[in-house]
Amino acid sequence: MAIFLNADSKVIVQGMTGSEGMKHTQRMLKSGTDIVGGVNPRKAGTTVDFEGGVSVPVYGTVKEAIEATGANVSVIFVPAQFTKAAAVEAIDAEIPLAVVITEGVAVKDTAEFYNYAKEKGTTRIVGPNCPGLITPGVSNAGIIPADISGTGRIGLVSKSGTLTYQMMYELRDFGFSSAVGIGGDPVIGTTHIDCLEAFEADPDTDAIVMIGEIGGDAEERAAAYIKEHVTKPVVGYVAGFTAPEGKTMGHAGAIVSGSSGTAQAKKEALEAAGVKVGKTPSETADLMREIMKGLAG
Amino acid sequence: MDLFEYQARDMFEKHGVPVLAGAIATTPEEARAAAEQIGPKSGGVTVVKAQVKTGGRGKAGGVKVTKSPDEAQAAAEAILGMDIKGHTVGTVMIAQGARIAEEYYFSILLDRANRTYLAMCSKEGGMEIEELAVERPEALARIAVDPNAGIDAAKAQEIVDAAGFDDADKPAIADAIQKLWTVYRDEDATLVEVNPLVKTEDGEIVALDGKVTLDENAGFRHADHEALEDKAHADPLEAAAKAKDLNYVKLDGSVGIIGNGAGLVMSTLDVVAYAGEEFGGQKPANFLDIGGGASAEVMANGLHIILSDPQVKSVFVNVFGGITSCDAVANGIVGALDALGDEEDRPLVVRLDGNNVEEGRRILQERNHPLVTIEPTMDGAARRAAELAARPSN
Repeated sequence: MAIFLNADSKVIVQGMTGSEGMKHTQRMLKSGTDIVGGVNPRKAGTTVDFEGGVSVPVYGTVKEAIEATGANVSVIFVPAQFTKAAAVEAIDAEIPLAVVITEGVAVKDTAEFYNYAKEKGTTRIVGPNCPGLITPGVSNAGIIPADISGTGRIGLVSKSGTLTYQMMYELRDFGFSSAVGIGGDPVIGTTHIDCLEAFEADPDTDAIVMIGEIGGDAEERAAAYIKEHVTKPVVGYVAGFTAPEGKTMGHAGAIVSGSSGTAQAKKEALEAAGVKVGKTPSETADLMREIMKGLAG
Repeated sequence: MDLFEYQARDMFEKHGVPVLAGAIATTPEEARAAAEQIGPKSGGVTVVKAQVKTGGRGKAGGVKVTKSPDEAQAAAEAILGMDIKGHTVGTVMIAQGARIAEEYYFSILLDRANRTYLAMCSKEGGMEIEELAVERPEALARIAVDPNAGIDAAKAQEIVDAAGFDDADKPAIADAIQKLWTVYRDEDATLVEVNPLVKTEDGEIVALDGKVTLDENAGFRHADHEALEDKAHADPLEAAAKAKDLNYVKLDGSVGIIGNGAGLVMSTLDVVAYAGEEFGGQKPANFLDIGGGASAEVMANGLHIILSDPQVKSVFVNVFGGITSCDAVANGIVGALDALGDEEDRPLVVRLDGNNVEEGRRILQERNHPLVTIEPTMDGAARRAAELAARPSN
């Protein structure tokens, strides 16, 4: 089963014909993803050949790609200044899942396309500025290296890409049902809470690792959610105890989050919700390992 | 990027927000000349205000009301060079004086939790808004703003109603709020704050102070924003890193850090500080993210930046190759060390995992550089780097 991405996922790539899009489409194909098309209005009607003898057709619009292939996931690799237009196109075509990998998207653009998607209610956005998500051995929508870890029964949700990789590597002896990199931008489409809810409901997930970092109050909110709604064991890690106060922590912005936003506050909130929080990624992995051993015994 | 008050004032003016005349000066003589220009608009009265990107300048003596060009010059003399919470005043603004009847508060900011914008407004301005929010939360109206709808006339009316302004004042305040919204939207701001927004004795609404934070990711839409950057006060190492497109933040410790990905680098700082407790409190010297898919050249550039910090006693290179290839990282390290030659004597601890790790480790082992230690785990490497930083230098 896993979350958001499964054997029925048919993936298109917006920006497939660009250099990043080409590189990562190749990697996604190699890890078994069912890539059914690319989107580029200027190259509609052509096909792109990838290693392994796979030929992927290019469509003019997301809508055409969906009509022709039944695609239900789009991975977006277009440059930051065009990301909003690409996301809006995917939302208008009512694709169920749009994964925005692009880094450096203006926050206004994300706020606008996220709220547009929310209003329409037919597209889940993951990202932007994220590595995407992987259901190991089944499907891979984004740039998470598929060879770090195989399938298993741990669910992973993380703001950070490289910490996702690090944690998958640490726990490769157990493997993952799904791993979701939700992205580190101030506005993201899918939150820790969305993933916790999905993992809680997923019969293939036994326990959850949640990785957070400083800024905002997503972790505190996730902690409150865990306390109320999550029965599966959760282990947490928070990065940024020694990080200096960021420039984006605006004067008035601090009011919204109150005393939260620091790594310490996040750790305390998670611990108060019964989440074991590791001091380092390795220690966090050890906490999860104990839990998995306990569940197995 | 946070703007100086005078930059915010200029931006407000451009979008039709009512502001008072103001000019900047970097010398007392310039301040005098500005006061001669501006003073007559307000009966000779001007206000000389320190331009610093921090609060509390009033209490620190960074704002002085003056009644003549002589006084303005003397005030500028006193304020220029002043230290306000670690910020040295290099510029003052000479602003037209105002006869204030009432002080209000208004801001628009990004509400990360709700993924919308938030407008905050109060009849009780002037004071620190954090204090007001805690002590009298009922006096601070908070209205959610849909990013796609923005603040139109109806939304502005909702805000002034919620803040409880007198009916007579509402139209002018609502108008100012709509114009402040255009600043927020058209300039790609993540914060626009006016404290105080005032009503003068003549009944006019004026933005007397302004704080604006711009989204640097939106630079592609705003060629003019680059000129607003405060290059004079940038840390020289941070500026050098920025010129090489590296994400570097200078810190105070002794262990130089290079890694890939913001989360992993942040985590590396923590793990080093944690391991450093055992070695006399060794701390990270910097944050440096070489990003995903880093090449040998990027790695070498990063290492050069770190090693040009004299506070650095050891360096920890922590890379998990997701997209980044470990052999490129290893080649970057070897290349940078070879370029530095015998002059460099600070040790490097390297932890590599992930994409092409065997080749990366092989390159380092083959070169067998005397300064490089390869450690298999992140925690172990952090410990080793902290230990090396604590060694008495020769």
